[in-house]
Amino acid sequence: MTSVTLNEGLSQISLAFVFIAMAIYTVSFLLFTGHLARRASKDVAVSKRAFNIERIAMTLLIVGSVSHGIGVVLRGIAASRVPWANMYEFSISGSFVIVAIFILSLFFVTDIRIIAVLVNAFVLLVLGAATTSFYVQVKTLMPALQSYWLVIHVTVAVLATSFFNIAAALAVAYLFKTSGWFASRKGKLAGLIRRILDVFPKENRIEKLSYRFNIIGFILWTFTLIAGAIWAERAWHRYWGWDTKEVWTFIIWTIYAGYLHANATRGWSGRRSAWLSLVGFAAVIFNFTIVNLFFKGLHVYSGLK
Amino acid sequence: MASSQRSKYSRGEDVELPELGARGWLRWFWRQLTSMRTALLLLLLLAAAAIPGSIYPQRTADPNGVAQFLDNNAQLGKFLDALQLFDVYTSTWFSAIYILLFFSLIGCVFPRTRVHFDALRAAPPAAPKIFSRMPAHATFKSRRAGLIDMAATVLRKQRYRVVVTGNSVSAERGYLRETGNLIFHLSLIGVLIAVGVGGGLSYSGQRVLVEGETFVDNLTGYDSISPGAFFNESQLVPFKVTLDRFAASFDLKNRTNIGTPLDFKATVTSQVGQDGKPATSVIRVNEPLSLPHANVYLTGNGYAPQITIRDAQGNITFSGATAFLPQDANYTSLGVIKVPDAKTQFGLISFFYPTAAKLSTGALTSQFPAPVNPLLTANVYVGDLGLNSGVPQNVYSLDIKKMKQVAGPTSPIKGLRLAIGQTVKLPGTLGTMTFDGLKRFASLDISYNPGEGWILFFALSALGGLIMSLLIPRRRVWVRKVDGGFEVAALARGDDPTLEKVIEELANEIRQAEND
Repeated sequence: MTSVTLNEGLSQISLAFVFIAMAIYTVSFLLFTGHLARRASKDVAVSKRAFNIERIAMTLLIVGSVSHGIGVVLRGIAASRVPWANMYEFSISGSFVIVAIFILSLFFVTDIRIIAVLVNAFVLLVLGAATTSFYVQVKTLMPALQSYWLVIHVTVAVLATSFFNIAAALAVAYLFKTSGWFASRKGKLAGLIRRILDVFPKENRIEKLSYRFNIIGFILWTFTLIAGAIWAERAWHRYWGWDTKEVWTFIIWTIYAGYLHANATRGWSGRRSAWLSLVGFAAVIFNFTIVNLFFKGLHVYSGLK
Repeated sequence: MASSQRSKYSRGEDVELPELGARGWLRWFWRQLTSMRTALLLLLLLAAAAIPGSIYPQRTADPNGVAQFLDNNAQLGKFLDALQLFDVYTSTWFSAIYILLFFSLIGCVFPRTRVHFDALRAAPPAAPKIFSRMPAHATFKSRRAGLIDMAATVLRKQRYRVVVTGNSVSAERGYLRETGNLIFHLSLIGVLIAVGVGGGLSYSGQRVLVEGETFVDNLTGYDSISPGAFFNESQLVPFKVTLDRFAASFDLKNRTNIGTPLDFKATVTSQVGQDGKPATSVIRVNEPLSLPHANVYLTGNGYAPQITIRDAQGNITFSGATAFLPQDANYTSLGVIKVPDAKTQFGLISFFYPTAAKLSTGALTSQFPAPVNPLLTANVYVGDLGLNSGVPQNVYSLDIKKMKQVAGPTSPIKGLRLAIGQTVKLPGTLGTMTFDGLKRFASLDISYNPGEGWILFFALSALGGLIMSLLIPRRRVWVRKVDGGFEVAALARGDDPTLEKVIEELANEIRQAEND
């Protein structure tokens, strides 16, 4: 690679598409919350009409994701390479994959549509942080990143993150649903929350769905770890060196391995497993934000100063 | 490790024994260690124990960081060091956790391998008395005779292991789920052994080569080398590598990207043994050169100004290209030149700016990493260089404690400044200094780990085992003839998202077989 043409103008257009996606996502988020509130209504007619709202919200989520996808592709064209070489790009691409995996999953497991509001909120948060704090102008790849492993390793890491994310959203729903605190609490708000929780699938179902997304995530994460080691051997002359990013990849792997064991251990399945799923996803987020920005290491690709 | 015998421990059958004895206690300890709960707790403990290694600098990954930390926080540093917090991943406590974890794993996997081996040859268990107690069950109407045989045929076609007893069929499939589970865990043991043995036999050495220089693979050829515990010098294969040319290209075209490195390319000639044929190859950051029992990686680069120093009589006292270490992204580089052979020993602390420019403060800086406007500056120090003491010295630093600055900011004579081709007079009778030209250097890492192939092999087999153990459904299915039809029941071992569907589909197939 000796000469590359970067197109910052096109990157600005890409950014505009990301902003449009954020606006649409915001509307669909509001509609999803409205939908839940109406579904929880004691008035049967109101509750029934709520399905129309959900349909509109879901359509908007899909429209938003198209604009989001265009933003990601344009960023890649602007940089003449894959659009995930720094934190901003990883955020927009990663959150797009989360939405895409979520929408695709709806074809296979329809009842996860109820957590659309959580996935939607998470993606909005990621895009908000990306556009306000992480944005950098298009840059070429530093020599250490010039490898086809950038495509393989990072793509699989993004996919794993998406599956962990959906599983974590389900775990949140499960924890609310099984919480004794809401079940025993008196008052209007607790009543409303109880009725909202009734809209969600049964506890067992949520738990199983969460488990299934997590096992796919875990397989993909294991692959990410191995692919990372193979790449590290090429680029950094050792397959494993306890670089901070490697440490956190290992920590995340170990937490989810613990999660899988917890699911088969009496007294640990159910709420404790759900908590572990959340701790695991928190570690994924920590790895992406705090470790990227504040920890010293070889994976210094945020592009931020 | 998923243990199917978990209930055994919660009932505490050993606890009620009043006299356990040493043996009893050992057995109790072993059972505790190999229980699933222990494995889970050890995994979580391992995750938590790995955290401090990402917070504090580690000697293996960042030795300079550790030195700096100890300099800045002597008291705290000493305390942390006593807790092995700068060597987390080789510390006793971290090792203790993963060794216990692997014992727990071994204690669980080996008995399970035996159980599974037996299960692989055993017949599926007989049909339960009451089908409705099974997690999935249904009754279907049918008047056809020979139902049971048909059910057996259908199940065999679906690759179930089938046994017919009287008016019922027992079938089981998905043995590969447990096989995968065992492969996964056994492969982890393989990874651990390959990491340990490979690490012991491995070595990793560094060498800075200026264009035109040759590296010969023996211990003295390395600037630094870190060998594994069982490493032997005889492992080094006699080869040599000459850096013919180093090329770096930086972006000058895209406004937002000026000065970003686009490519680093080291062209080398290598020769294995005395009689080997010299071969020319290119080393890049992601493209190491593979030699027998060694890989040569490109890990860094910089400038090596060629300098000649002559004494007052015109005799050459120093000549050569010296590697200057880059200090920033625009390759402002710092180098040290020691002249021990002059009448008065002296040394230079020198900066090189590939594209020199003046800051508003008057200080010099480099604006671009390529040599557009190269400039060399130097401060001169006279005094004992310490080279006669016999203590090995860092070639990149000059100990100026016992030296006197004779040219530079704190002396009457200003620091020296030279463009390429220029000669300047050194202070007093030290002679002259000439900036002859510019070469580049490459930092090479030469390393080898014979365990790598094995680690990859076991890692991939672990991945394969994991996929099998998580995605292959293992289930038992029973079909029994009842009055006016048949009953089907299914039991999943582990998670199985399609259990209900399986029963429906099976019943349909049996009925379709009926219609044929």
